[in-house]
Amino acid sequence: MSHDPQRLPMSITLARLSRPDWGVSARAGGFCKLMTGGESNDPMPLLEASGLSYSRNDEPVFGPLDFRLHAGEVLLIEGDNGSGKTTLLRVLSGLLAPGGGSIRLNGEDLTMARLSHQVALLGHQPGLKADLTPLENLDFAIGVFGLRGGITPHLALASVGLEGYEEVPVRQLSAGQKKRVSLARLLLVPAALWLLDEPYANLDREGIDLVNRLLDAQARRGGAALVTSHGAYVFTTGSPRRLPLRATA
Amino acid sequence: MRYGTNASACAAVVRRDLLLTWRRRGDALNPALFAIIVVVLFPLALGPEPNQLARISAGIVFVAILLAGLLALDTLFRGDHEDGSLEQLVLSPHPLPLLLGSKIAVHWLTTGLPLILVAPILAEMLHLPRSTLPALLAALALATPLLSLFGAVCVALTVGMRRSGMLLALLVLPLYVPVLIFAAGACNAAQSGLPFLAPLLWLGAALALALVLAPMACAAALRISIS
Repeated sequence: MSHDPQRLPMSITLARLSRPDWGVSARAGGFCKLMTGGESNDPMPLLEASGLSYSRNDEPVFGPLDFRLHAGEVLLIEGDNGSGKTTLLRVLSGLLAPGGGSIRLNGEDLTMARLSHQVALLGHQPGLKADLTPLENLDFAIGVFGLRGGITPHLALASVGLEGYEEVPVRQLSAGQKKRVSLARLLLVPAALWLLDEPYANLDREGIDLVNRLLDAQARRGGAALVTSHGAYVFTTGSPRRLPLRATA
Repeated sequence: MRYGTNASACAAVVRRDLLLTWRRRGDALNPALFAIIVVVLFPLALGPEPNQLARISAGIVFVAILLAGLLALDTLFRGDHEDGSLEQLVLSPHPLPLLLGSKIAVHWLTTGLPLILVAPILAEMLHLPRSTLPALLAALALATPLLSLFGAVCVALTVGMRRSGMLLALLVLPLYVPVLIFAAGACNAAQSGLPFLAPLLWLGAALALALVLAPMACAAALRISIS
């Protein structure tokens, strides 16, 4: 990472969801306001990052970034490979301590020590045990993270299109099917904020639609999501408004 | 919404790790088999003279069990780190030291306990006097959890590195040496008819301390390793 950080742009797109066809309903005007610090009459944001930055060995990875995410919004973080998207999500989840700035979750400071039931991270690795079945993996997730009301592991697996795979060891599933099991985990845990790192990777067209549907449902429930993508297969149904942001200043 | 208690989260960790061990039960026997192989080699190399073997038998049993434990240590977090479940564990809202303590407990149950169970066989193969067996088992019951706890901290420190085997051994040996000295010391004292309670009490005190502190150190080390 010895090159000029200016050459690593990362853009942040905000989609405020009001309709199932969610990509086109981004409120660019509102977003600009949010970017400049917001208005005082804004409701309390679910997630608020101010001056957030991260450096690895004195090399800036991203930031400083300012953004707010309200309930019912999906934020798309777009950037080239190496622009710090994954690092941003890891910082927001609390896995990494931010280099500078602050993250506030529901108005409370997010520190390494205080992790609430509110954040769910879908990382590059699916976080599944290959020797266990999808159901056993989901049971473990419920035990460790809790369970959202009104859904069962069977229902969650069915809604990601894995009906009939409940008892098949995860090692026999394809990469896309493993991704779907991870998505089922997101459905089960009671997190208000989803941090999805490249959720579209490894998925077929139907799977991409599935991710979009899940994001839509999450927003309607009053949750929010941050989604990273290098931009290849996002929003096949609409063209969201994008607001480019210099990630590293 | 159901958030679950700390106890239910620990139970979920224990249940999953036991299930994983059961699915790979062949691998779970490896440490015990390794200890048996090491102990079998000694009479072959030293000659089958009972008196000579009996004199060094306690030491051999402990070294074999320590090395077997070292062999099994790497599996504690490696798999979880590779498939991303370690990140999920760290992100859990429940206290990480508790969850890791549960993991370490299962690890001891599946590697340490089988070693204690084969210890009488090992002792018999080396002509350890039967009167020393209670001291040996008591020392092992205190020493093997200590080895698991100390080892877990070191594994947590090295889990993010590739080819950390040698580094792990270097980190862990200074912590294992006192355990070895006290445990073997208790057996040697028992064998010579001397009081052997003091070294066992030292092991017990160390275990009490490690039970509380090691999971916390392990959690701190893991957070560093995965960042």
